[in-house]
Amino acid sequence: MFTWDLLANAVVAGILLGGFYAAVSLGVSLTFGLLDVVNIAHPAFVILGAYAAYVMNSSFGLDPILTGVLFTPLFYALGAGVYRIYYSSFERRGEESLRGLVFFFGLLFIIEVALSLKYGVDYRLVEAAYIGKSIDLGGVGIAFRLLVPCVVGLLMTLALSLFLSRTFYGRAVMGVSQDQVALRLMGANPVRIKTIAFGIGIAAASLSGALLITISPVVPSTDRDYIGRVFAITVLGGLGSVGGTLVASIILGVAESLMATLFGPSWSLAVSFGILLLALAVRPAGLFGR
Amino acid sequence: MADALLEIDGVTKRFGGFLALDRVSLQVRAGERLGLIGPNGSGKTTLINCVSGALPTDGGRILFEGRDITRLPAHQRTRLGIVRSFQIPKPFVSMTVLENLGIPLEYAAPPRSHGAAAGALDILKMIGLDAKAHLRPAGLTQIEMRKLELARAMAARPKLLVSDEAMAGLSSAEVDDILAILFRLNEQGITIIMIEHIMRAVMRFSERVVVLDAGNRIAEGTPAEIVRNPAVEKAYLGE
Amino acid sequence: MKTRGALVVGVAVIGLGVLLGGLRVNPYVYFAGYVVLQYVVIATAWNVLGGYAGYVNFGTPAFFALGAYTSIFLIEAFKAPLPVLIVCGGLVAALLGLGIGYLTLRLKGVFFSIATFALSVVLQTLIINWEYVGGAKGYTLIRPPAPFFRSWGVLLFTLMVVLAVVTVLVARTIERSWIGRGLAALRDNEEAAECMGVPTLRLKLFATTLSGFFLGVAGAPFPYYVTYVEPSSAFDLNYAVNALAMPMIGGTTTWLGPVIGAVLLGTAQQVATVTISSELNLLIVGVVLVLFVVLAPEGITGLVRRLRRR
Repeated sequence: MFTWDLLANAVVAGILLGGFYAAVSLGVSLTFGLLDVVNIAHPAFVILGAYAAYVMNSSFGLDPILTGVLFTPLFYALGAGVYRIYYSSFERRGEESLRGLVFFFGLLFIIEVALSLKYGVDYRLVEAAYIGKSIDLGGVGIAFRLLVPCVVGLLMTLALSLFLSRTFYGRAVMGVSQDQVALRLMGANPVRIKTIAFGIGIAAASLSGALLITISPVVPSTDRDYIGRVFAITVLGGLGSVGGTLVASIILGVAESLMATLFGPSWSLAVSFGILLLALAVRPAGLFGR
Repeated sequence: MADALLEIDGVTKRFGGFLALDRVSLQVRAGERLGLIGPNGSGKTTLINCVSGALPTDGGRILFEGRDITRLPAHQRTRLGIVRSFQIPKPFVSMTVLENLGIPLEYAAPPRSHGAAAGALDILKMIGLDAKAHLRPAGLTQIEMRKLELARAMAARPKLLVSDEAMAGLSSAEVDDILAILFRLNEQGITIIMIEHIMRAVMRFSERVVVLDAGNRIAEGTPAEIVRNPAVEKAYLGE
Repeated sequence: MKTRGALVVGVAVIGLGVLLGGLRVNPYVYFAGYVVLQYVVIATAWNVLGGYAGYVNFGTPAFFALGAYTSIFLIEAFKAPLPVLIVCGGLVAALLGLGIGYLTLRLKGVFFSIATFALSVVLQTLIINWEYVGGAKGYTLIRPPAPFFRSWGVLLFTLMVVLAVVTVLVARTIERSWIGRGLAALRDNEEAAECMGVPTLRLKLFATTLSGFFLGVAGAPFPYYVTYVEPSSAFDLNYAVNALAMPMIGGTTTWLGPVIGAVLLGTAQQVATVTISSELNLLIVGVVLVLFVVLAPEGITGLVRRLRRR
């Protein structure tokens, strides 16, 4: 039965979800939007982060988000390593686009299959004090399992935009996307800058994976759902615009949440992929295109 | 102009809010050697993209041999005889030099009595690239790459050849080499529009020069007239 | 090898298939053979677009499943016979192919690939919500006794031999025709190809449509093979990965590449499924794909060519 309460709840849940989607999409916004590296395996790294949170939580009772933070250096190193392989195998030879894409597609598949080999295809979840709690604001329930990831996602967005605008390396990353010659004149090595940026992107996946498993249980193949989401958000947000990514994330979160409430959860995936198709076909520059 | 081969009539092109071409009109006679010059961003490449069909126009008409080709897709314009070479060579990298020429011979050139391979070899000999016929483009030098670009355009049997900065970055001797080829093509009856930054080359080659600036045609005349034109000087030097 | 020679080889392969069907070997051989041959069709069809034209399609499952679900619809609605299913499955998938062909007008390179992936998910969502063909629960097909053959295993195996031979012959013919040369030109540089008189849009539409057709053909007999179809099995990501892994491993520029890739990788997977585990065999596919794309981007046929030149 449709009620205004239901609608309000769906919108609020959608906005909260959007904050989390921003966290998942930041890495792609950085690597795809600014570095032109189409890391389609990003969602797989997110799931890897989710399983790290699961393992630390079930073995040591560690808080998932704390795990996400603790694992960022490891993921950073992983990302930097992957970029080095990508660079020397594709980018340097000038044949990055399609073979590079296939490379990442293979990587996604490997991570996914390796996870299901190790942990099976059962849903895994984490336990934390705030999961399951909620507050009620005049008929609109706010679940902590959504609120916490949203807040962390917003903090991550803020941190990334500060990094890009205020630090030397951040500005260098922005420079990589625009003018590599100018970057060299600044005395920065583009490959090094890109390695750092890619590492940061994957480090963000660690934390957003922890957020993911806080929100809902995870299986290895969950990554596929997020391919559409993150690329829809990145394209819609205008490839590399951090603010645009956040707005697009919230739009997508609300759209999915409404769709799930009005037509049933089995339709919500079609929203993100449908938006992605439309965004690609109609306006490749996105809503906030550079 | 009664015997105009190409007639550009009030062509306008916008990119978003930026007016790249503002009602540009231009006629090219059959057999002519026309130079098209202008500062960076003046709209030269945009104009030839509109002529070749790579970009749709936002206004105006383009006629070729009296026929309106404004809405024709690029490959059909090539078949009519409008062929361009690219500023940055765009060879078919998986094919040999000879096979590169095979594509336009098969797709664009009107059917000939002799075989395609023989035709391609003739062109390569004329351009001086026959020794490299069986190499892939990756094995070519910079000047050879430019020659391949011209040879491939020749294989499409053009009536009008648009040469987009075929000489940028070449040494003075290499520039002469390319110029000699273009002169020879013109002697065979091919009309040539040359877009070039190397003034020495344009002025030597062209019978007539047209100057674009900020999407407008600002001057036209013989090379000698253009050199003396104050508007041209202003456009290039910015006062 | 001239066209007539290729035809002779094709007929000989079909003859061998029929002969193998007549032998009374372990029925598992026919089932495994069916899967490998199905991958020959899929890899070859994918390669018409991905290898010849250079447009990487991540949406193989969409086309395969469209073939399978067209069959289910026709069985449910008209009890249509298998040959009709194959033709219709191919045609419906070809229509989708034509659709993605028009996408190439706006989407190049990686954007095209991502769009095809999205297409696959959207289509899967539609099927999940379409109760008539089983929806999320799946669809169970009750097979009548196999006509003409002693079992469905033998029938489907023989059918797939024929389909594989036809697909490979068509791909080979295209590769060596003016169409194949035009596709190679647009793969190398689309703008230059168009300027050299190649009707790039028409050739791309041809490639996407034909590729879609054969991917649909590969999926059309699928309900008869598994007898129980659910969206997650018809839209399996494995099809997407294998469809591009096999040509990449074999080599994408000739018809032989996908065939070699499909036979090697397909057989290896079948053996691994029996002897080790099905999860591990997928891991092998992923690792082999990544290794090849990094270390031997021209695939096995490219390696052989390079060795010969020395």
